[in-house]
Amino acid sequence: MDNAVQLVNLSCVFGSVRAVDGVSLEIHPGEFFSMLGPSGSGKTTCLRLIGGFEAPSSGQILLFGQDASKLPPYARDVNTVFQDYALFPHMNVLDNVAYALMVRGVPRPERHKRAGEMLELVKLSGMENRRPSQLSGGQRQRVALARSLINRPKLLLLDEPLGALDLKLREEMQIELKALQRSLGITFIYVTHDQSEALSMSDRVAVFNHGKIEQLDTPRGLYGHPKTEFVARFVGSANVLEGHQIGLGEGKFALRPERVRITPGSEPGMNRLLGKLLDVHYLGSQTRYEVEVGGTRVTALTASDATVISLGSTVTLSWDAASLRPLSDGVSGPKQEASV
Amino acid sequence: MTGTVQKPRGVRRSLSDLFYLRPRFLLLLLLVPPLLWMGIIYLGSLFNLLLYSFYSINDFTGQVEYRFTLDTLRSLFTTPANTDIVIRTVLMALAVTLACGVLAFPIAFYMAFYTRGNVRTIWYMLVLLPLWSSYLVRVYAGRLILAQEGVVSWFFAQLHLSWLLEAILKTPVLGGPSLSSSYFGMFLVFTYIWLPYMILPVLASLERVPKSLIQASADLGARPGQTFRKVVWPLAVPGVAAGSIFTFSLTLGDYIIPQVVGQPGFFIGQMVYIQQGTAGNIPLAAAFSVVPIVVITLYLLLVRRLGAFDAL
Repeated sequence: MDNAVQLVNLSCVFGSVRAVDGVSLEIHPGEFFSMLGPSGSGKTTCLRLIGGFEAPSSGQILLFGQDASKLPPYARDVNTVFQDYALFPHMNVLDNVAYALMVRGVPRPERHKRAGEMLELVKLSGMENRRPSQLSGGQRQRVALARSLINRPKLLLLDEPLGALDLKLREEMQIELKALQRSLGITFIYVTHDQSEALSMSDRVAVFNHGKIEQLDTPRGLYGHPKTEFVARFVGSANVLEGHQIGLGEGKFALRPERVRITPGSEPGMNRLLGKLLDVHYLGSQTRYEVEVGGTRVTALTASDATVISLGSTVTLSWDAASLRPLSDGVSGPKQEASV
Repeated sequence: MTGTVQKPRGVRRSLSDLFYLRPRFLLLLLLVPPLLWMGIIYLGSLFNLLLYSFYSINDFTGQVEYRFTLDTLRSLFTTPANTDIVIRTVLMALAVTLACGVLAFPIAFYMAFYTRGNVRTIWYMLVLLPLWSSYLVRVYAGRLILAQEGVVSWFFAQLHLSWLLEAILKTPVLGGPSLSSSYFGMFLVFTYIWLPYMILPVLASLERVPKSLIQASADLGARPGQTFRKVVWPLAVPGVAAGSIFTFSLTLGDYIIPQVVGQPGFFIGQMVYIQQGTAGNIPLAAAFSVVPIVVITLYLLLVRRLGAFDAL
């Protein structure tokens, strides 16, 4: 079976900025695929290229095996949920949802019936006659979702769809989105800068930085085996240790804070570091310790217990050798590139 | 000592405290001047005007008779000369509004969706620049440009199209000896003078259409023409309605352009000017000025019925 999306060496240049820089990837049918990265990393441009809202400078976009690089948005079997929802303010909820059917000439009773079914799917029955301005953020989000799903697209693009919602609503919507994606079997491409969102919902995640993919992996793979310092720091939090600091020669290593044990006093040895306790944050079930080790900061996250270590005292940090993840050089930024 | 230093500050402070603690009082203070202005000067004179249209003038004494009568208003429809004036003015206003709409929409559309930053500022300047010069100067400039020996006829002659100009001028009613003394020329000057008042509201409404709406429409399968009809146009209609009210009512009330350009036939604005001035027939002047009020009110009700303000 063809890939839902295949990007081949795709680039998009705006003036002097390479927003997307030689990206190649494959997205499988039925997959929940996330594009994760900080703002300006190229993830949204990449999504807009797939949707047809930007034209690639070079490279190819294949949708279900067909070259779609030059197709306008309305000729692609792809629908998008926009960051600002982009609901039509002059239409009521029902007509918004039925819009895709209306432009295809589906008669009114038929399209209203199907729009009603979509509203039922997103639990908005009874809101048919409201204007978008009369809805809450979460409701607008659902209308946008229903509107983009009414054509039963094979591929749905979501551009930070939960960005404007408050935390509690966002968590609810994450669960609903994931359930909806599973039951409909549609391929979702989800753009977000929120790593926990990407980890909790996705089958696979591509981490973007400076227009390139730093790492493409399952959420477990990304968190457990970050390949670059950028990924280690962006996905979850990480201590990045220099090899010579821990007697391992060249290179850098990532160490997750929850893999670090902390004990009071000084006990040097293998897979250990001595440092000075700078700060303690009590988080309830867990406690976070900030420790200064030879000029750098190392964070340890442990289950809270009765141990109280006084600030400023010497502590020993230890870990299992297997917890260290060797890092390679990632995508370098444009500035560093110039100096090479 | 400290008392004298603090005293002026004390007054200001207690005022600030008062305003802060009683926001309604501050609101009242802010609203009273404009409300007085609107209520007494504006609505008061409007009411007075309407009142006068129900009076009449005594033909023998030339004095206003303060007795309620519908004769003055009725004369607008029963005296053929007056009816001509009303019809002429309303038709001209309609034609000017239509032309301004047709010319302004593409300009506003281009400005809203295809310009940014400095380029848009330059376009704004170009649209607004005519408003910096005197209205009278522009009207007379219009007359000179359209005159028999003016730029326009010279231009037509250079293009060997003088026959076309002749043909236009030979049109019954609309034509005349030259563009500057024809209704067609008057229409051109009106359109030129009021065009910015159409461009700006249309532009304002188009600027408020988020680009994502257009993308969403395309995303949902609408071709560009469908997107325009179903999304862009409905959202622009309030602006078009606002602009058309400007151009329509400005044309209805103008009394300079019909005097400087075009045929000798009177327009409503001229009648108001003459009747309340030299002729001293204030009731008839009032009756004429009721026409634009009624026409605009009907027009507003109509566009409201058509859903022009649904997107607001």
